Parts: sequence; structure tokens; C-alpha cells
Amino acid sequence: MSDLATALDGASFDGLVKVEELHAQGMITLRGDFGDPGFVTAVTGVAEVSMPGQRGAIVDGRRGLLWMSPDELLLLCTYAEAPILAAKLDAALAGQHCLVANVSDARACFTLNGAYTREVLAKLAPVDMSRDSFGPGEVRRTRLAQVAAAFWLTSDDGAQIVCFRSVAEYVFNLLKAASAPGSEVDFL
Amino acid sequence: MLILECPYCGVKAEETELHAGGEAHIKRFGPGSSDDDFETYLFQRENPMGVHFERWRHVNGCGKWFHAARSTTTLEVFGTYSARTFEPPQEIKDKITARLPGWSWRDLS
Amino acid sequence: MSTRLAKAGRLIDRSKTVNFSFDGKRFTGHQGDTLASALLANNQMMVGRSFKYHRPRGIVASGAEEPNALVNLGTDTHHEPNQRATTTELFDGLTATPQNVWPSLDFDIGAVNSYASRLLTAGFYYKMFMYPRAFWKHVYEPFIRQSAGLGKAPAPETRDPDTYEHFYAFVDVLVIGGGVAGLQAAKTAGETGAKVLLIEQTPDWGGRTMVDGGEIDGMSAEDWVKATLQTLENMSNVTLRTRLMGAGVYDHGYVLGYERLTDHAPNAQGPRHRLWRIRAKQTITATGAIERPLSFAGNDVPGVMLASAVRDYAVNYGVSLGDRTVVVTNNDDAYRTAITLKKAGLDVPMIVDARDAGGGTLMDEALALGIRVETGCGIAKLHGKKRVTSVDICKQAGEGAMLWNVECDAVAMSGGWSPVVHLWSHCGGKLTWDETQAFFRPDPTRAPKGDDGNAFVQVAGSANGEMHLSNILQDAGNVGEISAKVAGATGSASAISVANVQSEAPMQPVWLMPQGARYGLRLKAWLDFQNDVKVSDVQLAAHEGYESVEHTKRYTTLGMATDQGKLSNINGLATLSNALGEDIPQVGTTTFRPPYTPISMGAIAGEARGEIFQPIRKTPMHDWHETNGAHWEPVGHWRRPYAFVKTGETVKQAVHREVLATRNSLGLLDASTLGKVIVKGPDAGKFMDMMYTNMMSNLKVGKCRYGLMCSENGFLSDDGVVARIDDDTWLCHTTTGGADRIHAHMEEWLQTEWWDWKVYTANITEQLAQVAVVGPNARKVLEKLGGMDVSKEALPFMEWRDGELAGFPVRAYRISFSGELSYEIAVPANLGRAFWDKLLEAGAEFDVTPYGTECLHIMRAEKGFIMIGDETDGTIIPQDLGLNWAISKKKEDFLGKRAQQRSHMTDPKRWKLVGLETVDGSVLPDGAYAVAEGSNANGQRNTQGRVTSTYHSPTLDKGIAMGLVLNGPDRMGEVIDFAEADGETMIKAKIVSPVFYDPEGEKQNV
Repeated sequence: MSDLATALDGASFDGLVKVEELHAQGMITLRGDFGDPGFVTAVTGVAEVSMPGQRGAIVDGRRGLLWMSPDELLLLCTYAEAPILAAKLDAALAGQHCLVANVSDARACFTLNGAYTREVLAKLAPVDMSRDSFGPGEVRRTRLAQVAAAFWLTSDDGAQIVCFRSVAEYVFNLLKAASAPGSEVDFL
Repeated sequence: MLILECPYCGVKAEETELHAGGEAHIKRFGPGSSDDDFETYLFQRENPMGVHFERWRHVNGCGKWFHAARSTTTLEVFGTYSARTFEPPQEIKDKITARLPGWSWRDLS
Repeated sequence: MSTRLAKAGRLIDRSKTVNFSFDGKRFTGHQGDTLASALLANNQMMVGRSFKYHRPRGIVASGAEEPNALVNLGTDTHHEPNQRATTTELFDGLTATPQNVWPSLDFDIGAVNSYASRLLTAGFYYKMFMYPRAFWKHVYEPFIRQSAGLGKAPAPETRDPDTYEHFYAFVDVLVIGGGVAGLQAAKTAGETGAKVLLIEQTPDWGGRTMVDGGEIDGMSAEDWVKATLQTLENMSNVTLRTRLMGAGVYDHGYVLGYERLTDHAPNAQGPRHRLWRIRAKQTITATGAIERPLSFAGNDVPGVMLASAVRDYAVNYGVSLGDRTVVVTNNDDAYRTAITLKKAGLDVPMIVDARDAGGGTLMDEALALGIRVETGCGIAKLHGKKRVTSVDICKQAGEGAMLWNVECDAVAMSGGWSPVVHLWSHCGGKLTWDETQAFFRPDPTRAPKGDDGNAFVQVAGSANGEMHLSNILQDAGNVGEISAKVAGATGSASAISVANVQSEAPMQPVWLMPQGARYGLRLKAWLDFQNDVKVSDVQLAAHEGYESVEHTKRYTTLGMATDQGKLSNINGLATLSNALGEDIPQVGTTTFRPPYTPISMGAIAGEARGEIFQPIRKTPMHDWHETNGAHWEPVGHWRRPYAFVKTGETVKQAVHREVLATRNSLGLLDASTLGKVIVKGPDAGKFMDMMYTNMMSNLKVGKCRYGLMCSENGFLSDDGVVARIDDDTWLCHTTTGGADRIHAHMEEWLQTEWWDWKVYTANITEQLAQVAVVGPNARKVLEKLGGMDVSKEALPFMEWRDGELAGFPVRAYRISFSGELSYEIAVPANLGRAFWDKLLEAGAEFDVTPYGTECLHIMRAEKGFIMIGDETDGTIIPQDLGLNWAISKKKEDFLGKRAQQRSHMTDPKRWKLVGLETVDGSVLPDGAYAVAEGSNANGQRNTQGRVTSTYHSPTLDKGIAMGLVLNGPDRMGEVIDFAEADGETMIKAKIVSPVFYDPEGEKQNV
């Protein structure tokens, strides 16, 4: 729909890294029993990616499954697909105890790209961002300065961040500040 | 600033990612309970120098509540474990005994 | 006079001249100078005045321990007080002014205090300012406020133009201190494979050894430092950082590092300071030792300096403190200063050694250079006011009778060394007294413990009490290896470097010089230079009964200045011990607290300033509000429009207009901030019945119900409309401030009490933008948008339907918080702004009026609806508010039920909610109390109620209020008195029903 407006309308900033708001990422929150093969089959069938393990981030093109907690996943897809996939999941999981919620509009997403991606995150999150401790394939839910956020590495020098929509501007400004030219730490 | 390992997601989280939730293993008393039981449930808390069992929530993280056994004096953490239990696992009690023989906490020892 | 020598100065680049100003005068220095070395090079001996007596003060030290040379640095927005000249790197254009001087550094009025010094003793303030009582407020306090404080705070309207940031770093081994001990420890730890971060507070590596020299592994110490640095730089698992100070050590291996990035290069890009938030498995503090002053009369006069500092200025900066320097010492190390000065061609008229036997090989070397050495002697008294002119020499064992008067223009003193144990002590590391060397050193059996119960701080080198180079290296290598192993490294390290050093004769503690100094001398023997505490003050404190070192510290202010007693603590402690006739370890030390030296407020705040000082939450319609006159109200982190103010309107007028427009035609409210939580599962009904006081399990699909939530303590915590979505799904609306809290509350009960119940929750607050469409024309505007049937029959009051409006996918609720015909329409957040615009466009013909929170509040008050946070304050139960209809009597249990059965909760004397109308139509003051007869035991007027909400009602054109009143509902029509803020003026108000408007509900149910 042409009326669609994400929180920051695709704002971007070029500093130590390139910071960009993603225009409309599809996201579905899924809660259920990971020990139930029926749940896993239904979810992976609809998502078309495999089931992540603890803190896993399995992202394949536009689709992805992120391990958010022992009973919560975040399914990534295109914005347009989200309501359709949510309905499919509801159908596939009918009769099982689970919860499916399209949260595409509830969040804002940012990508970071550049060699200093790890350092920019390490200025805002109390997380060991060194290569031997955190790499692609893992999602980390934590905080960025004063707000909750989750991120995963999309490559060795790229990351995607999810935060709540209402604080998109705060997070964007944080990322801008953390990637201000001249603020290289050169530690990671 | 404390670090506690969340038993649900395996993250060694620092205190800013956590929310302290007071004493663990409190038994709820609801309608029909005596005034004494209800008062104990709602207000009476341990305040030990030494071993303590606490509730923590991994709030800036997986969102799960868990329990931690730690010393309030040395801040040593004996272990973290699921909140879905009525008492600490034996291995944590054993570890405390190894470090602090003769410890006790409420009716645990 | 102090001056620049023709040669030497390993840290300065003589080819590069740097211009700076101090006290309004222009000077030049060299690149590599500190402000202190450059001032000395320009014969600027006097740099400030002392805190209490305004005595002239000069530079005493060469590093972070400096107590005197504190300056105001920079001007305007860059102004910063209390900067140590000794750690301020010189840069072109640096501007500094002295502190605590008026009208000028040279001539200072406050110096008259010095003549009254016999009166201004320890505890002077406590004794003097007690009586007469009235003097405190009008005389003493204004005077003290005027004279107190060292630096000048920046003007309140200035804004720091620099940026700051934090950085989270995780390492196996953190080594603090880049002297030889730190280098050796880092090298050994690095070789085992551990991830090592080595930090040094100054710009240079090597520490004292670069000045003191020595031979390591067959090469000069300087070459060894260079070679070791090279080795470390080649190790990929080791990071080296200068200008990064270990500021504090905290629980579980958390260490704060303070990095000064552009202080020395103000025009450089990037943050000024960076606060490193380090989590280290093991921390090694290799922080060295600090030389102690000697306590003799006049030891604070400019020209008296620590012996090591005199040496530092000569070797590092090519600066001499004077032409004739008397060295006074109780140990061998100070002989190095005499030797260095002599070799630089300067005169050392005498080395005054308090030890009867004098020194070892270093003394022989000094004697061989022709320097006169007098043993068993001390300085009785120093002559000179703004700088030293001569010293009287006496026997150390006596009372101060002069043996010789020695002319000199500088004195280099050494009272021995104290290990820098601050970082070890910050997190609970304990100390042990070393009798031989007369200092406290870390007690390795009582180390700070980490989360695994094992020591996480180790100390290396002279910080650990090892004072000789060979021992320092051995100690550092051992500690480096142990730490790396504990941190999990498995590799093996190369052999520890070996030093070849001269042996030294033992030092001899000297706490007062001469040991029997008479009162007049003790009155001039300074312990704490910065806070003006003298030997006589500490002795007086002991005499007056102070036994605890912590009490004495506060009574005398010893060690409480910005240097936190780095030079004074041990001397003060020993003085107190002697006065009490006890041993030093019995008296003990005061507590060391972080930070090691002051760190900037900017570094602590990090990025949190300006627009990212704190998160501001914004709804999808925020920008529209911003451009349409929103007068903002903070609600949690949200900003909600209080009212939309049009040109020429006051806020009050805007609210008035919004209420009338909504009641008469059509209003719009951005209700997106209201919390929305999904509760789903086979046990969701059971769970909902526990969460809410009402029965929620029997709510029919498609219907809505207003519900109350209480804490387990029975108090009302949140309210909102619940919608039954399908058989096992409920949608709970919460208050704006309640969304996260209520979601967390639900999860807490599910996870920690009823973990076997099959219920999932999800907070979908931000998924939806929600608009309240309110007023007699609400239905018309929705019908105009087109789509779903919103008629009374298709969508009755307190029901909801999914559908489409103007092509938008919506969920429409027929609920009303205003008493008007009202819909709340939820759309996906990304469509929120477009939907809002569409409503404005369609509503134009109805004079659609967006309204804010104040209009919302007034309309709900007119209807007698309660507001969480107004009618409730954490002590209110639903029964107090006449909400018994919303408390299920059928349910066996719900959160708060048991608590509400307690005697105090069922007491008929609890104040109850009523409406209040002033007799004269005015608006009652918010929070006003209704007075009752008589007064209580404290002599306060008895009360019988209070106002919880109060407004001017535009609809009714009079003041309306709600309040809690004793037996209120039974007293309808009675007039009671409410007190104004003055407690005297009374306002008469009549008790009425809280529902002021449309009590039959005819307007909302159409």
C-alpha cells in the first residue's frame, strides 16, 4: 500500500558505518513448544528455513527464523508476506497451544554496514562483540543504550537491528552518534 | 556490577540487562489463608548475610525469570536455575555446601 | 629560579614551540611538555593558593597525585575546573587560570586567613558555626558558600560542545599501568595466549624506570621498554592503549577505564573522552607507587617538591626546579635526584638524610660527586614565603635547634614510597602493613573475589610493594602467568626478564621532622596540601577524642580533597597513630573509592545528551502533532499532545475548544500509546480471571468489558477495556504508562507461579496505531470513509469488529471514555498516519477537532470515570472508588482478593469516591484536603477527604472535581470545607455524584 510509512521513512547515515532504516521488514512473533515436533514442522514448513538452536539466527534471503527465548521465535519475511504467513501459521498450528502475531509494524529495523559495525554496536550494547565471541548465525537480545533491542550479524561487517517502532528515532540517533567520524576505537 | 548467566538463553548478562525480583521460592497464600500466612507471604523476607536465593528477570534479553543462588557478602554466584521449581537443584546446594559448610537459608541447608 | 636546562628532556621536542597562557600571561613551552613542566620552565613556581589559608602553593608532584597545581582550564564552553597541571598535556592555545585566588595569584585577600591559622584549626567550622543559631542561615552559610570550593564551575547556560562515548570491552587479562611491571605482566600473559588489554594513564610507556634507569636483560631500561613494546605490538592478542586510566574496579571483574582522546589535541575529530566499560576475567594492577612528602615546617612553600618529581622534570622535560637544591630524605631513592641534578651541572648544597647510618651505594656515589651528606639530620624550618630561600638544618632526633642554615631555592623531599593500592582496594581487597618499608601493601590472601568466588585482581610490581627493579620484574611475570592461567590461557611464556640494580640501604620511617618538633613547627608542617591539614590538626583531633581514622578524616578533612589524599593519607595516618600511641595497622586506613582520579561528567554520561539524553517514544502520528501546535505532555517516555494550540490561543483556551467541539460534533484522539496485550491459550480464561477483579472468562467473543487489575497487595494498579477475540484469545488494553509493566506483570505470574498453565502473552502495543473517533458525528464520519457497517445494530456499544474503512484494514471497538458516541479504530502502525489524515479529510465537514490528553481527562471526569494515577496512588483499592460492580463475587481467587479481605481494607472509615462541586462554581485546588474538626496528636488539623481530580468543565461551565471523602457516598448534598495551600483559606464544596454529565449514558449508547 502506498500509504505505508515506517518510523523514519528509510533514513540513512554514512559514518564509520552506513546506517539505514529498512523499509518495511515483515516480522511475526511465534510462541510455542519447541519440543513439540508438530510445532517445529509447521513453523519451518511455513518459514522455509530450518529451526534455530539457542540464540540462533537462521537467515536465508528474505526468510529467517530468530531464536528469541526458549518459547519464542521471530520469523522474518517480506512486509507483504507477513499477514499471509501469519494466517498460514495459524492454520498449520490449529489445535496446538501457540501464539502467532504479526509484529511487522511494531518494530523498526536498521542495517549497519562497514568494517566498524562491531565497534559501533559495542559502544551501545554490553555485549562482547569480538570475532571469537559473536558471529553471524547468532542473535543477541540486549539493550542499545537505554532501550531494548535485538541484533544479528548479516556478514562479518554487517548487522541488522530490531527495536520498537516508537524509539526508532532514538536508536537511529544513537547509531549516528556511535558511528560519528573520528570515533574509531580500533579495539575489535 | 554483577553478572549472572541466564539459564534459559545462556547469556552471561550484566546487571543492566537484568531486573532484580527479590526473594525466591515464596509460597503464595490466597483467599482462605490465615492472616499470619498471608502476612508472611506478602511481607516477610529473608535478609541474610551470606547465602541467598533470589529471583531475577533477563529483562533486556529473553525476558525469562530465573533464580540465582549467591552470597550477599562475597557476591559469589553459586548457580542460576529455572524459576519453574520449588527449590534449588541438589547440585547447587552441594556447591554451596562445598564453599560454605553449615549454611542454611529458611528450611534449606 | 626554575628554568629550562640547555640539555635533556626525553619527552619534549625542542624544535616545536607551543604557545599557552596562564593567569593572563603568555608563555611558550615545547611539544611534549605538561602544563606543569612548561610553567616551571617559565619560572612560574607559584600556581595557586591553598583552600583554607590561601597560602602560595607550587607544584609538588609530576603526576596524578599532584595536590596543588589545580587550574581552571579553557574558557567559555570549554572551561573546566580542577584540572591537574601535571597531567595536562600542553597544546597550542592552551589557556589556564589559577584557582582560589582573589583578586590575584600574587596578592590574595584570603591569605589573611593564614595569620589566623591558630584559630582555624581542625573542626573549626563545627565549633565556630554552632552559635548563635540564627547566624547560620544569615551570616555563616552565605560566607562559607562564598569562600568554599576550589575551581570555578562552568556557567549554567554553557553547553559542552565536545562529545563523549562508552565502549564495552571484554578481555581475559586487563593490565592497568604501563611501567615495567605492567609491560612484563602483559608480555607474559600475552605469550600464554590470553587476550590482553594493557592500559597506561599517561601518553608514555615505561613509568618511573625511564627516569630512574637500570639495566634489564643486559640492556638499558629504556631499550628494554622499547623492545618489549615492540614484542607486545606484534602480538595479535594484545592491545596497548595510552592515555587510558584504570578509574575503578567493581564487582565481578567490571573495570572502568577513562580514555582522554583529544584533551591534548583539541582540534582533533572524534569524542573527547571515552569511558571503557571493561569486563575482565583477571585484572592486574601494576599502578606503581607514589612518593610521600616529609612533614617539616614550611613543607608547602613553592620550591618544595617530591624528590622523584624534581628528577622527572629534569630528565623528562629538561627543567630544573632551582639552581641550589637541598635534598631531604629518609631513604636511598632520593639520592638519585641529587646525582641527577649534580650531573646536570646544578648545585646540591646538601643531602639531609634522617637516617643515622645514611644510605648505601647511592650515597657513596653522591659523596664521590662531591655532594655534602648530613646523616641523622632533618629540616627544622624553611624560610621564604612565595618560594624557598633557605632551610634550617637540625638533628632529626631533637626538637629543631638549628645546626646550619643552608641557602637554596629548591628542596627535594622524600618520605619513602607508598604502593598505589587504590584499584586493589576499590572492590574489597585488603591491605597489610609492611613494617620494614613502612607502607600498606596488598594482602594476597584477602583479594577481591569474583562471581566464581576466586580472586580476580592481582597486583604486580611496586604497587604490590616490590620496590626493586629485579623483584618488580619477577613479581610482574609471575602475576602475568597466574592471571592468564586463571583466565583460561594454556600456552607457555618465555623467561621473565632480569634486572641488574644497585642494592639500597633500608629506609627509616619519618612521620615528623624533627621527631620532637615543637608546636610552632607542627603548626606549619603540612600533611594535606590541598585541604590545608597540618600535623597539628590531626594531633588536635586525637587530643579531642577522635580515635577512628574515618572520623578523623572527616573532622580534619584530611584526604578529602580532589586528590583524595594520595600524598597525605599515610603521613596523616601515622601522625594519628603516634598521637593515639597505637600501631599504624591498628588504626587502619580509610576506604579507597573510585575513581582513582576525577573523571569527567561527560565521560560518565557518554552518548546520553541532547536529543539522545533519553529515549522519546513517538506514535506514528507524532509528526502531525508536532506541526499542528501540540503542547506536549510527557507520559512515561511517550510524548502525548496535551492540547493542540492554535495561533492566538492559550493552552487553556485550546482545551476548552477541544472539549466543546468533541461534545458537539467530532473529536479525534491519538490513542496509540494505550497498551495492547494478547493473552492466548487453553488456560487463558482462567488466567484472565486471576489477573482482573472482574470475571473475564465468560466474556463473549466479539464483546468488550472494562476491567480492573490489582496488585497482590489489593491496590488498584491498572484498568482498561478487554476484548474477547476468539475462543482462547483475549486482547487487554492497558493505560499508556502500563503497557510494559502489565505485560511484565502477566509474564511474571505465568513464569513464576502458574508455569504449568497453557497461556502465551504478546505485547502488541506498537503494532497498532489507534484513533478514538468521538462525538455525535463519529458514526457519520466512519460511514463516510466507507467499508464495514458501523451502525448501532452491526456494532453495538461495548463490542468490536474487524473490517475495512476507506480501504484500511481495521479493528473497530465501540468503547467510550468520554461519554459520547465513540469508536476506537486500530490500524497497522505503518498506516497510522495515513488513516489519521484520512479521518481529518473526511471529518472536515464536521469541523473535526483533534484533541489532547487534557480534553480526554476533562471529558472522563465529567462522566465520573476514574484515572489511574489520579484517583489511585498505590494505596487505593477498587472498593474505595465505588467500583464494587467490577469485582467478581463469584470468583474464588484473583490477584488482590485476599488482600482486600484484610481488616484495614474492609474498614468502613476508608475514604470513598464522590463528586465535588464548589458552592461558588470555582475550581478546587488539586490535592486539597477536606478539613475536619479538631487536630491530631501532632497538632495538625484533622482531615476527612482529599481532591483527586479537579477541572473547569467547559461542558457545564463550572468547576467539577472528584475526591475521596469519609463516608462520602452517604453524605450526598453535604457541604464541606477544603483548605487552600495556605491551610487557612477554606473553599466550600458540595458532595455530589461523580457523574456530572449524562448520567443515564444516553449519548454514548446511540
